[in-house]
Amino acid sequence: MAAQTVTNEPRRLSNAYQNWYRFSRNPTAVIGAGIVILAILAAILAPWITPYPEHVGAVVNFRARHLPPSAEYWFGTDNVGRDIFTRVIFGLRISLLLALVVLGIAIPVGTTLGLLAGYFGGWVEIVIMRLTDIALAIPPLVMALAVAAVLSPDLINSMLAIAALWWTWHTRLIYSITRQLRAQEFVEAAETLGASKFHILFREILPNCVSALAVKTSLDAGFVILVGASLSFLGLGIQPPTPDLGTMVASGSAFLPDYWWESVLPGMAILVVALGFNLLGDGLRDLFDVQEVR
Amino acid sequence: MSEALLSVRNLSVQFTTYGQTNQVLKGVSLDVPARSQIALVGESGSGKTVTMRAIMGLLRTPPAKIIGGQIFYDGRDLLTMPDRDRLKLRGTAMSMVFQDPMSSLNPVFTIADQMGTILKYADRRLGRSRSAKERMDRVHEVLGQVRMRDPERVARSYPIMLSGGMRQRVLIAMALLSEPRLLIADEPGTALDVTTQAQILKLLKDLVEERGLALLMITHNLGVVRETSNYVYVMNKGVVVEHRPTAELFEAPRDDYTKALIAAVPRLTGGTSFGKSGAAA
Amino acid sequence: MSNMLEVVGLTKLFPVRSAFGRKAGEVRAVDNVSFSIENGKVYGLAGESGSGKSTIARMIMGLAQPTSGDILLDGHSITGETGTRAYGRKVQMVFQNPGSSLNPRRTVGQSIAVPLAAHGTPSSEHKRRIAELLEMVQLPADFALRYPHELSGGQKQRVAIARALAVAPQLLILDEPTSALDVSVQARVMDLLVDLGQQLGLTYLFISHDLSLMRNFADTVGVLYLGKIVETGPTASVFEAPQHDYTRLLLASVPVISAEEEALRPKIPLIDGEIPTAEQLIALRNGANPVSQRTSE
Repeated sequence: MAAQTVTNEPRRLSNAYQNWYRFSRNPTAVIGAGIVILAILAAILAPWITPYPEHVGAVVNFRARHLPPSAEYWFGTDNVGRDIFTRVIFGLRISLLLALVVLGIAIPVGTTLGLLAGYFGGWVEIVIMRLTDIALAIPPLVMALAVAAVLSPDLINSMLAIAALWWTWHTRLIYSITRQLRAQEFVEAAETLGASKFHILFREILPNCVSALAVKTSLDAGFVILVGASLSFLGLGIQPPTPDLGTMVASGSAFLPDYWWESVLPGMAILVVALGFNLLGDGLRDLFDVQEVR
Repeated sequence: MSEALLSVRNLSVQFTTYGQTNQVLKGVSLDVPARSQIALVGESGSGKTVTMRAIMGLLRTPPAKIIGGQIFYDGRDLLTMPDRDRLKLRGTAMSMVFQDPMSSLNPVFTIADQMGTILKYADRRLGRSRSAKERMDRVHEVLGQVRMRDPERVARSYPIMLSGGMRQRVLIAMALLSEPRLLIADEPGTALDVTTQAQILKLLKDLVEERGLALLMITHNLGVVRETSNYVYVMNKGVVVEHRPTAELFEAPRDDYTKALIAAVPRLTGGTSFGKSGAAA
Repeated sequence: MSNMLEVVGLTKLFPVRSAFGRKAGEVRAVDNVSFSIENGKVYGLAGESGSGKSTIARMIMGLAQPTSGDILLDGHSITGETGTRAYGRKVQMVFQNPGSSLNPRRTVGQSIAVPLAAHGTPSSEHKRRIAELLEMVQLPADFALRYPHELSGGQKQRVAIARALAVAPQLLILDEPTSALDVSVQARVMDLLVDLGQQLGLTYLFISHDLSLMRNFADTVGVLYLGKIVETGPTASVFEAPQHDYTRLLLASVPVISAEEEALRPKIPLIDGEIPTAEQLIALRNGANPVSQRTSE
């Protein structure tokens, strides 16, 4: 018998190509991706691309205080004469680092718990999901305040406080996906073929969660940045003179509306970056949603 | 042969996805005379579903594009008709019975709600008006026509309360609401058990004969073709490869693809052998 | 001739719970089913949805636990053994929907490697073994790098067969293996299954609602209705002279493409101008027919 030949059909395109094609046709998604990439690059290259890298330290230049945006100081200067643009870029570093740390903890923890609860069911599921319910009921900001009151108001402590609660969302998400996938035939097939539980969880089910995780992570990143900025606005973040976007908004607000750039421009930076992540997340979700339907 | 109620002439359709364009229909022609039972048969990818959607006006353009041909209904070309006129025909002149009774009904509305809404909009398109009670009467009447034992109870039910066979009857009833002259049935009974499918097919055949409707049935099942149609079009890769009266097609198929298709169907009498030792092509 | 598989009194009950979790009754998904399959033969379980055929398959495969009854594989009772790795070597299953039985995020090679890794084949051997298996199902070796969505339905099903054969099982359960495929593709896959069965000496449990297919593939057939086997015997005899009303109804409902097949089908009386349901037919006869058993060809 002759080997089965592929029927005369259009060339089947690889998944990656299809994804890229669809993604690139969505203008807001591309804009979001662009913003995110720019922000990340700017944060990494901060010392080399900012005009006054020394202004992140304890530099004082009273003669250049409260200068409006100009060719020399793109975002103007603050109340002690430091270049706001430079400080915003460095502040971005802190924000993105915060997002990285929080999500870097929340995702592995939350995903693993979600997989275990969704696949094994029984008391494993009960324990994990009830724990999740309890943690979800605690407002993150209040938690951060409490932690700050007990320990010192410090960025690390705040990050840990947020991370300690952030995993719950991921657990919920992965739990529901795992439960659906558990009944799928390829999971049953893996079971009948003798695969270990570890293999089933991490090599069969987890790859199918990647798209949902990608969407959630990019949406979360924006949100974590906002939460971090709020915390430092309240004084719980990194302490001066290290620049931080939230702190800059707070200290600049004292000079509104005359020296508006000191508060508004850092605020805009927060907005733009968070927006970028949101648009990227939405774009990814549009991309993957259609795929599920297929 | 009577003047065809529906006449597709040289229809060509192309699809563009991910930058690639493929022609999925290459000059398809078929006729559905009044009071006839026509089958359009083909495997997946043959283009039969695209043809059906083009006739009903359900093609998404993009990614589909009709690049040639005409579809005549009662002498008028549907493709050049103003949208408003074409919309008037849908559900009233020609009606579709959908394939999957499980997913074609909205689970959160009762049958009465769904059928009432369809009737309301069809009336509006035709410029007729009916009171709510008159609509319900018509709904019950049609449910009776599809041989539901208790039409009022079925109308009050939610889809989930009905069996697969009953849901399929509801779909047929929906198609009959505005007294169309042409019924287009998309793989009827494929999603059902074989015994239920037999009931549904018999119902369709009886209904079509009783009411003098024309039936265009889209299917991949040759047995269904033989039992429910008197003329058949065989499609492969976007082209009609053969079209004959049903009995003739099965007795003496002319085209190679048709022959291969018929040979591939296992026989209830035994005699199809699989494997190297068999007589497979 | 020894029996590869023997099922005795297999029963599966699902409890029906009322409010507050109190047991209000039970559904007899599988009701005291017994049958056996000779070594190297094909046994067909014919039935519609709700007949229990898939539940039986899953119990034999170890994906579900029977409420009572015994399953013997090659003479040994395996009722307690299901789910363990040793068992997975002897019995394997090809699922109905090729689209969902392969992990969409894993390549063909990775999917086939799952049983190889699970049963101790060293990774250095994987590539060779995968190529071997792909050749056995008549697919080119470079398919190992493709993803399921790049394959047609028939190709996916061949991959599923290759994967099931990776551990060289003795019994292969085929759960509606071709119902999602076009008829010409179906013929090719059935050809492959017959050839492989002869080549490897496999025993098949074939589950299907497609009676025409059953007729040409199964040596013995059991007709399932509401969890019970209502008729059983050599395929030809059951099809040519069905005894039970349900079997007759099933055969009468199959759409066929030739006059000879039509002549074979039983004639069913219409009730109110309609083809009756199974319950109606059985009620018509005033009490269900006893299970009909044939003793000779």
